Amino acid sequence: MNRREFAKLSLAAGAMGITGFPLGITRSAGQAGGTLNTIIQPEPPILVTALNQQQPTLTLGGKIYESLLRYDFDLKPLPGLAQSWEVSEDRKTYTFKLYPNITFHDGTPLTADDVIFSVTKLLPETHARARGIFVRVESAEAPDPLTVVFKLKTPFAPFLGAFDCTTAPIVPKHIYEGTDYRKNPANQKAIGCGPFKLKEWVRGSHVHLVKHEGYYRPGEPHLDEIIYRVIPDAASRSVALEQGTVQLTQWSDVEAFDVQRLAQLPNVSMTTKGYELFAPHQWLELNNRIAPMNDKRFRQAVMSAIDRKALLQRVYFGLGKVATGPVSSKTRFYEKDVKQYEYSLDKAKALLDDMGLKPGPDGKRVSIPYLVPPYGEIYQRAAEFIRQSLGRVGIDVQLQGTDIAGWAEKCGNWDFSMTMNLVYQLGDPAIGVSRTYISSNIRKGVLFSNTAGYSNPEVDRLFEEAAVATSDDKRQELYSAVQKILVEDVPIVWLIEQDYPNFTDKRLKNVITTAIGVHETFGAVSFG
Amino acid sequence: MDTLKAFLRHPTGMIGLVILVAVLALAAAAPVLFPDSPWDMVGAPFQPPLSEGLLLGSDMLGRDVAAGIAYGARVSLMIGIAATLAAVLIGVVIGAVAGYFGDKVDDAMMRLTELFQTIPGFILAILLVATLGPTLTHVVVAIGAVSWPPVARLTRAEFLRLRGREFVQAAVCQGQPPLVVVLRHILPNALSPIIVTGSLTIATSILIESALSFMGLGDPNLMSWGFMIGASRTVIRQAWWMSVFPGIAILLTVLAINLVGEGLNDTLNPRVARKVRAA
Repeated sequence: MNRREFAKLSLAAGAMGITGFPLGITRSAGQAGGTLNTIIQPEPPILVTALNQQQPTLTLGGKIYESLLRYDFDLKPLPGLAQSWEVSEDRKTYTFKLYPNITFHDGTPLTADDVIFSVTKLLPETHARARGIFVRVESAEAPDPLTVVFKLKTPFAPFLGAFDCTTAPIVPKHIYEGTDYRKNPANQKAIGCGPFKLKEWVRGSHVHLVKHEGYYRPGEPHLDEIIYRVIPDAASRSVALEQGTVQLTQWSDVEAFDVQRLAQLPNVSMTTKGYELFAPHQWLELNNRIAPMNDKRFRQAVMSAIDRKALLQRVYFGLGKVATGPVSSKTRFYEKDVKQYEYSLDKAKALLDDMGLKPGPDGKRVSIPYLVPPYGEIYQRAAEFIRQSLGRVGIDVQLQGTDIAGWAEKCGNWDFSMTMNLVYQLGDPAIGVSRTYISSNIRKGVLFSNTAGYSNPEVDRLFEEAAVATSDDKRQELYSAVQKILVEDVPIVWLIEQDYPNFTDKRLKNVITTAIGVHETFGAVSFG
Repeated sequence: MDTLKAFLRHPTGMIGLVILVAVLALAAAAPVLFPDSPWDMVGAPFQPPLSEGLLLGSDMLGRDVAAGIAYGARVSLMIGIAATLAAVLIGVVIGAVAGYFGDKVDDAMMRLTELFQTIPGFILAILLVATLGPTLTHVVVAIGAVSWPPVARLTRAEFLRLRGREFVQAAVCQGQPPLVVVLRHILPNALSPIIVTGSLTIATSILIESALSFMGLGDPNLMSWGFMIGASRTVIRQAWWMSVFPGIAILLTVLAINLVGEGLNDTLNPRVARKVRAA
């Protein structure tokens, strides 16, 4: 392939990476120095993001580990460790050019070998989400120390979307090769190549990160240090923000009921941006295997009987948007022209009558147990809201409490009728959406698989074609078609596209700049 | 009759009884006063007390706090009484067996009782509910399981005291079977302290139930006072009424039951009772 062909064919974003971004890095503006105090909650078990992908690990580890790319709010790739990238015509070969002078925290230079080792050896063993993507790599080569070439077995459109620091953190090969990754003593030191390195971790108190002097971007990081404080109590976290003890909060650090009050504070600003890659989708999961939930009309009735706008306002304090279908409006390939389910008790009752599910003498048509996920108050309130809503059309919902292990066990093993779930979209429907609806992902014992048990050959086909389709237009067409079918079938009652608030001190600059928000490396963050 | 008269003259006992009757009346009248379910979202969220149609305000979902208190009274009293009955039943059986047969049986029963007494009651209750799952029956079982040891020890002491009395000895000599001796001769004479302890156990049961519900371990289908406080804890800065009123309800009810228990103690205990009557 010659250069002209390449220019025509490469992804628009990829091409921009080459032409639009000069070689060598411009020094980013920002005042040097200062200490950022923030919160980590709950305390992570480990800081190595390649080995553990719980949210606190990713939030904190994002400063320590970096990956090849970053993504803007529209999920378009930006340079990370890779200054440029190319995609071949057949969409099977991806070539990344690394920046020179990247070093790990122990002083060793980062080369293409470290990237290949991380992506093809370590991550497929330790990172479930990365495994699903990187097993598609047929071969990986390093023609020179700053160039990595991945060849895929078949085209896989989301491949270029998998190089953020939560999916593909690069780890040092010389430390991990040939060892038991999970038991490697270096895990305690968390050696990465990000702008900050671990200085001290006092369990139960704080994690202290300091500037990595050998960072490859000139002038970065601006901050001298970041201190992540462990503050288990929600009220104390809010007070810490009010008093300025911490200058940044993320995810559920500030709980929904406190958001409106704290947003009025003069010294902080609030944004819900920076969660585009995750785009958490909150839904009511109905076990499609069990009557009456195996009937589409019943599921449609449930969709109509819940006033989701009121749910959003009263339970989620307005943090989010009413979801219209399986794909979040924040992510790629969203289709808004689908069947709309307005709140209508009459419509719900008519659908239930039509099914022959008539109310008994006590007004109840059917009684259904609802497994309440033990993830705190919002889930409890939402369960109460849904029980009352469905009670109005004669569906008697009985709430069942459980613990975390019990919920995961019951949900994974299909031992539920109704429950709630929050699932990330992860930037591409082929990664974050299809898993919930395709028949091949009906896997007993696996959470976040197709636990509802929905099965539709047409949906399977569309998702499969869309994952390997090479043009975005074609993919949009296929995903639009599949969204229309799913919204008609309602395998799952989509409720809310949940937003999370980030509160930042007004002096802090460049905090939320990409689709992974607070998980980003923070090299460019500065005071003033 | 004497006892009743004495109780009616007992000032604090009467105050307790009046409050308790009021709570019982509220519980009984709940469906009449509030025909809608207490879970129904009847108004706007976060309405302060004395808003239109909402005497005690509404919670974050727009549910009527007053309705919650009325229905919560039913749950609290029902669980309090059921758990106490369970505790008294277990306690009396174990205490009676230990006290009547004495010796090795007594040793075995008392070691068992002590085993339960060494485990902090509330922690055990949490453990039981968390393991069995939060339903009404399991909450009653859990509270019963942690509340019986004091009753057992008291019953045993009473039985040991009465065991050697002439009228008991006479019954045994007549060849009456142990069950008859226990039920017809000893138990009726041991009843008054058990009643007093039982009445106080109702109060502690209500407190334990509230604490369990506060921690989210109550039956999620039942509106209870502890649940209301637990749910409003996070919004206490926006809506004080959501936690204050159920708190007052718990306070008054537990206080009332304790006062009644005290009154019963004073009137049923012959020594104290005589002093009261003499005064």
